[in-house]
Amino acid sequence: MNCLLSSEPPIVVACRDLSFRYGKPLVLDDVCFQVEEGESLCVIGPNGGGKSTLMKLLLGLLEPVSGEIQVLGKTPVKARCEIGYVPQAIRFDPLFPISALDIVLMGRLDRLGVGLFSGKCKNAARAALDEVGLADLANRPFSDLSGGQRQRVLIARALACDPKLLLLDEPTANIDLSVEEALLETLEKLRERMTILLVTHDLDLVSRIGDSVLCVNHRIHRHSLPLSGETIREIYSGARRLEHDRRTRHSQGDHSACEHE
Amino acid sequence: MSEFFEAVQTIPLIRYALLAGLVSSLIFGVVGSFVVTRRIGYIAAAIAHGMLGGIGAAIYFGRTYDIPWLTPTFGAVVSSLLFAGIIGWVSLRSRDREDTIIGAIWAFGMAAGVLFIQYTPGKNVNLESFLLGNILLTSKSDVIATVTLGVIVLTLVALFYHKLVAVCFDEEFARLRGVSSHIYFLLLLIITALSMVLLVRVAGIVLSLALLVLPAATASRFFRRLWLIILVSIVLSLIYNTGGLMLSFQLDTLTGPFIVIVASVVYGLTFLVKRKGM
Repeated sequence: MNCLLSSEPPIVVACRDLSFRYGKPLVLDDVCFQVEEGESLCVIGPNGGGKSTLMKLLLGLLEPVSGEIQVLGKTPVKARCEIGYVPQAIRFDPLFPISALDIVLMGRLDRLGVGLFSGKCKNAARAALDEVGLADLANRPFSDLSGGQRQRVLIARALACDPKLLLLDEPTANIDLSVEEALLETLEKLRERMTILLVTHDLDLVSRIGDSVLCVNHRIHRHSLPLSGETIREIYSGARRLEHDRRTRHSQGDHSACEHE
Repeated sequence: MSEFFEAVQTIPLIRYALLAGLVSSLIFGVVGSFVVTRRIGYIAAAIAHGMLGGIGAAIYFGRTYDIPWLTPTFGAVVSSLLFAGIIGWVSLRSRDREDTIIGAIWAFGMAAGVLFIQYTPGKNVNLESFLLGNILLTSKSDVIATVTLGVIVLTLVALFYHKLVAVCFDEEFARLRGVSSHIYFLLLLIITALSMVLLVRVAGIVLSLALLVLPAATASRFFRRLWLIILVSIVLSLIYNTGGLMLSFQLDTLTGPFIVIVASVVYGLTFLVKRKGM
């Protein structure tokens, strides 16, 4: 059970012997991995495999049953303010009466005492909208935006937090990427300048954004890119998942940052 | 019409009713917009109905043990806050049980209220005025209570506007930015509960929800920014409340049903207007 915690380059996320359960069965079992600064890690795996749970643990919204998580050298709850979290746009009430800029300003809520946002906050929010290419739509209502634009607004909201780590939950789910190429371009640009951890089912996104892949199915293993066709089939076909799990663990060292017994 | 304005000048009761209506409109516009946006109209309705239990208990114990400060309004405030707290707690703890607890409080309050009123000693209690409301029964102390409540509600919303909006839009993200989402959600429920107390006096338990929700629902058919919806709902509430008061003075009848019918028709008419981008 040894995780290699090297000092260079700096480690942004470090999970050690992490386990979590909602009821009786373990959702995450003995999870070990780390993310280095500037790295772009894609988290893939079957539904119910624990991807979202892992994300919630990293945000400190859930407490691990055992094991340890460090984000930016702190506990997740303490590191929260430096994490930019991007949920799925589909989760939101599309008729909620709010403008793009007002949503992005939520990224500065921790700097707001009472009353209205300062000019400085508004400038930061506009800069974030500019970075995702939506400066022109700042005053547009949320309901008037396309799926991809909504997702980019949520990315801008996370950027307005001045994050050191960006966590994205299925940013391309329910979005027609043939129409929404700008979303991918935004992510590709961001990958250049920050550490990204991204949950996705979209293997095209993985190949364009990811440096490496973390396969989560109760246990985890790590793959380098590009993924072989065999690996992809194994991850996504239910019958072959167990075999994949066994074989990957057997051949650790190369692929997984952490050893399972 | 001129008769009404004359009455405003000469009859204090009408003046009180008018003043209470004006201040209430501000509160209803603000709170109604949040209730419609956050989609918690059913919670507001449960609080309004549950309130009859508090009103009944206050009348029963007030008369039986001769406690003068135990007024119906006191009972309404205490029970509405209690029920808002219970619903909020359940809603935050286990969302899947929310509808059950809402239904239970709704029915429990009505049942308890009817029983208390039935067994209250002394002269008959007019159940109808609680069910259908009557703004013409506004006393000076009601006006003072309304203004106080108005100041509290408007101050809270002005101070915490952005945080309340953020919690309504995305509770989880607000929490990640250091905003105590649960506290702000409970604050919203408390403000809603206190507004329902005022509404019940104007429109009664049965009609109160319509008066809270219809102006904001009408406004949100046309506007896509919360502050605009709030402003328009305030204006609509002002028109409905004042118009209703005039009518009920002129025709010497209950205010609530008139207001609700007009507000419903106006809301219905908005569906004839094609909305931009829909």
